[in-house]
Amino acid sequence: MPDPAIAADTKPWRKPDAVPFISVQGLIKRFDDFTAVSDVDLDIYKGELFCLLGESGCGKSTLLRMLAGFETPTEGRILIDGEDMARVPPDRRPTNMMFQSYALFPHMSVEKNVAYGLLREGLPKREAYARAGEMLKMVKLEKLARRKPDQLSGGQRQRVALARALVKRPKLLLLDEPLGALDKKLREETQFELIRIQESLGVTFIVVTHDQDEAMTLATRIGVMKDGIIKQIGEPAEIYERPNSRFVSDFIGTVNLFEGKVDAVAPDLMRIETAELGPVLLPPQPGLTRGQQVWGAVRPERFALSRRKPDSAHNVWRGVIEDLGYIGHMTQYRIRLENGRLIRASQSNRLRDEDPISWDEPVWISVQPAAFRVLTE
Amino acid sequence: MRGWFLPVAVLLGFIFLYAPIISLVVFSFNDSRLVTVWGGFSTRWYGALMNDRQIIGAAWVSLKVAFFSATLATIIGTLGAFVLTRFSRFTGRLLLTGMITAPLVMPEVITGLSLLLLFISMELSLGWPAGRGMTTVIIAHTTFCAAFVAVIAQSRLRSMDESLEEAARDLGAGPVRVFFDVTLPVITPALVSGWLLAFTLSLDDLVIASFVTGPGASTLPMVIFSKVRLGVSPDVNALATIIIGFVFVAVLAAGWLMRKQMSKGL
Repeated sequence: MPDPAIAADTKPWRKPDAVPFISVQGLIKRFDDFTAVSDVDLDIYKGELFCLLGESGCGKSTLLRMLAGFETPTEGRILIDGEDMARVPPDRRPTNMMFQSYALFPHMSVEKNVAYGLLREGLPKREAYARAGEMLKMVKLEKLARRKPDQLSGGQRQRVALARALVKRPKLLLLDEPLGALDKKLREETQFELIRIQESLGVTFIVVTHDQDEAMTLATRIGVMKDGIIKQIGEPAEIYERPNSRFVSDFIGTVNLFEGKVDAVAPDLMRIETAELGPVLLPPQPGLTRGQQVWGAVRPERFALSRRKPDSAHNVWRGVIEDLGYIGHMTQYRIRLENGRLIRASQSNRLRDEDPISWDEPVWISVQPAAFRVLTE
Repeated sequence: MRGWFLPVAVLLGFIFLYAPIISLVVFSFNDSRLVTVWGGFSTRWYGALMNDRQIIGAAWVSLKVAFFSATLATIIGTLGAFVLTRFSRFTGRLLLTGMITAPLVMPEVITGLSLLLLFISMELSLGWPAGRGMTTVIIAHTTFCAAFVAVIAQSRLRSMDESLEEAARDLGAGPVRVFFDVTLPVITPALVSGWLLAFTLSLDDLVIASFVTGPGASTLPMVIFSKVRLGVSPDVNALATIIIGFVFVAVLAAGWLMRKQMSKGL
């Protein structure tokens, strides 16, 4: 375990008395009779790389556009560094945005695009272009400064857009699907590049994405959105290991859910009675009463597969491999239990030349009670 | 079937469209006084045209009218289109949306007559415009040309990525600045083609100009029309050939600009 004092320094959200840098309070946005964002509260700390994650139409882009100033909130406050910005137009906010389409000015050279914001600030020409040049060096595009945007590749355009958004040293940088238009290989490289730039400049980032892998890689914390509401805010591992609802557990990664009623609670163990699998042992959760409906959520990689019956007497089932997908570093299984229930499990392939479990083989699957997350919502 | 049908159909189509124009161009080089009898190749009618003060004067009037009304129409049409595409709610928006294209479908006779009545009553009540002449023709042409420019500019503004304007706002430019720094440069090719279209429309117009013009401000189509009424003379063919040349180049340029912009995918 790391020293808690150090952890709190790099993770200010863990400190109860830390002052948030951006504070969104009771934010609501309605379009006619449609509520895009309903009552969002969000605190973001200086230097964070915060990801808003959700499917399209969940309100994440509207929330971002309200932070940038392109949409006026119906209700609520947006505090940036202590000042309420909810009704300040975008050109007077200390924020900059990187657009999904990059929105590079087609009639200006790369250099002019990047210098544009500085010139609007009233900086003398020579200084503006010098700073634009530094920024282009940072994104490794100094050689293409005189090109027009239509003479660049997708990855290069993305970097110009990033340089243009960062050159004014905004207090807050908003990124709308920053890697969405790149192909997979380039996207993975660019993720780490983005983190490097963010850390070296110390600018606070808010990234909107629908890609959970991207959010998990980039973020210090993730806010999972659905229907205009933030369902859960937490560090990536927290969201993955301790989701607070069935929606979040299913949205981030793959999950197996067991529905049942609380049967017996011991200090270190809890038993639920499920219709499909009989009794299942889960870790105990305070505040539950006997007979209450709960869900046990377990990730595919937490299952153990074996050809021989395991020693444990609980949480053990028999099934047949219905389908498998060999990914390389791991294999994903779909296992049909005797009662017809489908389980998704995965095993990492640590050894070469193993004798792998194959199609239609009968197997035993088991799982530790502690691997479950108990959900009530 | 497929081998010959398509080329033949295309050829017939071209003949139908362009045979009259080609015969006019050919006969403009006719040496004979009689328009329909070929008397050998000559450019004498082009020479005669150059010495015809009435025609040169009218051509000059037409070019001036076309230049000013196209320019005014481009400014007004662009502003109208901008308001309609970028401001979602204002009083009279629906009315403007419907009325901006009205001049496109209005019969020219009605446009001409109503403008004439307007100019007369304005002169009586306001004292301006004093009499009818080039000014009234320019105003009249601006009204219907602005509608054409507005339609072109509107479609361009709609297809333009609005995040370009948002990006400029985001980088610290006020709304007016954004218009001149980003919107205008991006839509300029469309505005140039709109200007060229307005220019040719104004150059072509006979009906409206006939209603609203006054002494000393006859446009070229009016002069040609009055000449033809007395019988077709070969120098009119020569004049028409020159006009066709102008219009052809203008339309080609407008089309080229549009295509260039499309291929950029902006």
